[in-house]
Amino acid sequence: MIRAQGISKTFNAGRPNEFRALQDVSVELPFGRTTILKGPSGSGKTTLLGIIGCMARPTTGRIYLGEREITSLPERFLTGIRRQTFGFIFQQFNLIKGLTVLENVMIPAYPLGEKHGLLRQRALDTLELFDLGRKAGAKVDWLSGGEAQRVAIARALINDPLVVIADEPTAHLDSRLSTEFMAIMRRLKGEGKTIILASHDPIVYDSDLGDLLIEMRDGRIVRGGERP
Amino acid sequence: MAANLERQRHIVDFTVASLLRRKGKNGALLAVYTVIVFLLASVIFFTHALKQEAARVLKDGPEIIVQRTLMGRYSPIPRSYADDIREIGGVQSVRPRLWGYYYDGSFLANYTLMVPDEAPPPGEIVLGSGISRLREAFPGDIVGFTGFDGRPQSYRVQGLLPEESQLVAADLILLAESDYRQLSGIPADQATDLVLTVRNRKELATIAEKIVKLHPDTRPIIRSEILRTYDALFSWRSGVVTVLFTIAALAFVIFAWDKATGLSAEERKEIGVLKAVGWESSDVLLLKFWEGLLVSLTAFLLGTALAYLHVFAGTFWLFAPVLKGWSTLYPEFRLTPFIHFGQLEVIFLLTVVPYIVTTIVPSWRVATIDPDMVLR
Ligand SMILES: Nc1ncnc2c1ncn2[C@@H]1O[C@H](COP(=O)(O)OP(=O)(O)OP(=O)(O)O)[C@@H](O)[C@H]1O
Ligand SMILES: [Mg+2]
Repeated sequence: MIRAQGISKTFNAGRPNEFRALQDVSVELPFGRTTILKGPSGSGKTTLLGIIGCMARPTTGRIYLGEREITSLPERFLTGIRRQTFGFIFQQFNLIKGLTVLENVMIPAYPLGEKHGLLRQRALDTLELFDLGRKAGAKVDWLSGGEAQRVAIARALINDPLVVIADEPTAHLDSRLSTEFMAIMRRLKGEGKTIILASHDPIVYDSDLGDLLIEMRDGRIVRGGERP
Repeated sequence: MAANLERQRHIVDFTVASLLRRKGKNGALLAVYTVIVFLLASVIFFTHALKQEAARVLKDGPEIIVQRTLMGRYSPIPRSYADDIREIGGVQSVRPRLWGYYYDGSFLANYTLMVPDEAPPPGEIVLGSGISRLREAFPGDIVGFTGFDGRPQSYRVQGLLPEESQLVAADLILLAESDYRQLSGIPADQATDLVLTVRNRKELATIAEKIVKLHPDTRPIIRSEILRTYDALFSWRSGVVTVLFTIAALAFVIFAWDKATGLSAEERKEIGVLKAVGWESSDVLLLKFWEGLLVSLTAFLLGTALAYLHVFAGTFWLFAPVLKGWSTLYPEFRLTPFIHFGQLEVIFLLTVVPYIVTTIVPSWRVATIDPDMVLR
């Protein structure tokens, strides 16, 4: 399981605009289960996801990945964990403009030095799973919102991560596409992935997909635990 | 090892794809950069080649060349001038030269005619390899020319000049004095110019003065004067260094400016995305390194190639003003291609290296920041 212990995050520490985005947050996210973070805007969901996904370090507190304490690891190792263990689907998708769908999907695997032909095939197969095979050569600039998100999902999955994290995955989707997204998550859960979603969209947090529902407010956890 | 190679390949692929996205911006950058390399390389090639050429002139050229001018324009010189000049104290020898150009209208080519010391017998000529190829004329063949008066003249080809000899060999025709005069119409008492040797080099200036006093319509050109002019213009110590470093400084300013403004919010964000999906700082640096290398190496190769053509195959229009006077001194002035590895090294050091450095340094700062900037 992933364990966060006493996490605080202070932005701009020591300056007049100092802001505590997380205060003493402790959560346990079991592997193979789906956790949903719920809470109003500004409550610290994204900040927490970033820390769990090894993109930022907490100001205080520790993160354990399984038995391993990873907060104090040097940058290089943290990058390795980020690449191998987590697949992050960003709120803004963050696809690299001007490049093709296929290139975007392959990017996270580049530093690993896999044979080009194999990687390409793997990326094409992944795109096929999301019905994007025909779009492989298209520039990401012209994709629709739903397509862009599926590309972002394919990119998150290219290194076959243990954990899939999605931040506000339905923010840019209509309700049909939102439901479609949840179906994809269900499929991934079926494959044994650990899934962490942050959302204030009822389609996400009311879904029976979530095993755990954690509610946040003002940088603290106000309610959390197994869903009934 | 194999994985590392493959990683390099992926990153190079990405770099190329990434550069091609901004064709306009990167194209303009490449163009400016190529121009800078071109200027720098042209100066370096040109000065070195000139030094070479100058060294050759110094070795076996005449010490003074006397031309006659008529209203500031070149005109044939009376042979009697040679006898007068020979009387000037310190003059060792005076020799009239006969040479000129011939335009071949049917082949649209310019030839250089010259009467050498050991000229072929009348009725025979020796051809440069270029003319031989052009007119398909080989030893034993008869070739025809049109004289100044429109009358056809024909000669037997006695032999060909060796390919490699000197700078003018290709378009050169050697012929007998009588043939030259018949073809050119220059009367027997006139020559193209005079070449002098002197007893004491220190007297060159005085002798030149005396020549002008004796015949005010002449223009003596002292060899060392030419050399000094080039030296003053192009010596490593004076002109070149200034030019070089002005250009290098200019290059720096342009690229520093580009790089300072170049890492736009968009580029920063992209690097953030790369880091967020698992690129290490070293991968990002590698990307920037390849980017710098690809751009600067392309500019370096293009710029030096253009400079080479400009200096050695072209008309070096850029330096034309510097060369005024040469065209009448030599039948044709074309620099002998001469490239020294050291020159390329200097160009490389002044252009490619700073560019790569200015490409990498700003991204290094970005590469070390947390990737969580892309979360919002
Ligand atoms: N780099 C930063 N510097 C200063 N304040 C920050 C920074 N990043 C986040 N914050 C603040 O931290 C708080 C929590 O932000 P966060 O993005 O985690 O909220 P959220 O729960 O994801 O909100 P939303 O639902 O709108 O996405 C916000 O008030 C935000 O302004
Ligand atoms: Mg958020």
